[in-house]
Amino acid sequence: MSKELLTLYAAEVLDEHCKLTLAQLCRASHLAPEQIFELVEYGVVEPYGKRPTHWRFSGVALTRIHRARRLEQDLGLNTAGAALALDLLDELQQLRARIRRLEGQDD
Amino acid sequence: MAFKDYYQILGVARDATDKDIKRAYHRLARKFHPDVSKETDAESRFKEVKEAYDVLHDAQKREAYDQYGADWQAAQQAEAQGFHHYQYQGNNSAGEQPFDFDDIFQSMFGGRARTQSGGRHSRAHFDFPGEDLRARIQIDLEDSYRGTTRTITLGSDSGGQARTLNVRIPRGVMPGQHIRLAGQGNPGMGSGANGDLLLEVSFRPHPLYRVEGRDVYLTLPVAPWEAALGASVTVPLPEGSIDLKIPANSANGRRLRLKGKGIPGKVPGDFYVELSVVLPAANSTAAKQAYNTFKETLDFDPRANWGSRA
Repeated sequence: MSKELLTLYAAEVLDEHCKLTLAQLCRASHLAPEQIFELVEYGVVEPYGKRPTHWRFSGVALTRIHRARRLEQDLGLNTAGAALALDLLDELQQLRARIRRLEGQDD
Repeated sequence: MAFKDYYQILGVARDATDKDIKRAYHRLARKFHPDVSKETDAESRFKEVKEAYDVLHDAQKREAYDQYGADWQAAQQAEAQGFHHYQYQGNNSAGEQPFDFDDIFQSMFGGRARTQSGGRHSRAHFDFPGEDLRARIQIDLEDSYRGTTRTITLGSDSGGQARTLNVRIPRGVMPGQHIRLAGQGNPGMGSGANGDLLLEVSFRPHPLYRVEGRDVYLTLPVAPWEAALGASVTVPLPEGSIDLKIPANSANGRRLRLKGKGIPGKVPGDFYVELSVVLPAANSTAAKQAYNTFKETLDFDPRANWGSRA
């Protein structure tokens, strides 16, 4: 590595609070708008806002898109199946978290 | 490189049919897919399974593998990877272990912008934003507690210029989340803006902690008397440590919650300590005597409620 001082770039976490436009989500996921429309239709991602021009997605959408793509490729699921799997996995995680909270009541 | 028995990995016979192989793959893929699985070594297991499947379900590759074993790839090396392949390397701020991010996504840019058909304007002007680059980055759980700095090298093995970036990774980042470095993707065309660099975060498996969402787990080995009589034990947290009071009469597997000590965030996760009672070995006269005293003093039947459905 060179000895010159590197600029330190601040990174931004795309979390549940960030708001991505359709164009930004397309670029970040390397998908065409039509593909995002399909993902919205099947409920893989859910935008805020009524019309596509007003749509805003949180960083969770990007995570869900990547997970859905991997599930489709690796497990042979279609979009509807991937959406179902993601929802069930979310629910499972919430239930597990709840069990943990109930079991670990004593602080 | 160690020889990998792809048949063994998939748990199929060497004369397995394509159908058998597919079925075995899907069963294992559902079990170990890192997006689905809870197994700790899911990611590496899945990679193995996928690698095995990629070879065995392709008739040509399977034949080569059957014939040449571990060297099958060398034997059919001519097949080049047809896509633009980036290699990302990073090392942590302490600079000990470089790791490879071999899992990189392609990034061809400007495909649309470049194809100029029909030369009416031979010097047509295009403004296109540059494409976003994506890569995976693996950090430690501790990094997420404190935030960290990483040096990332974006290089191209097809002759492009390597770039090195120093990246400040904010605290509270979680596996599966993306980190965005604005303007660090591919350059735009014309007056189009640069793309962004997106890093998908994963955690390196930790010898002590398990992570689920923002909650973090630790298994704490305790002596039987610590669990029975209560004790104060120093517990290492990803950041700092804490003196944990173990309540008397704790059973094996008891879970103690440290509220808000999980991964930091607007709503921080919780930290769970799971007690694991470890029995001392009866490998000395004194130890045997101690167990005997136990036996004679306590009227204890571990199977008293065995099988009852109360």
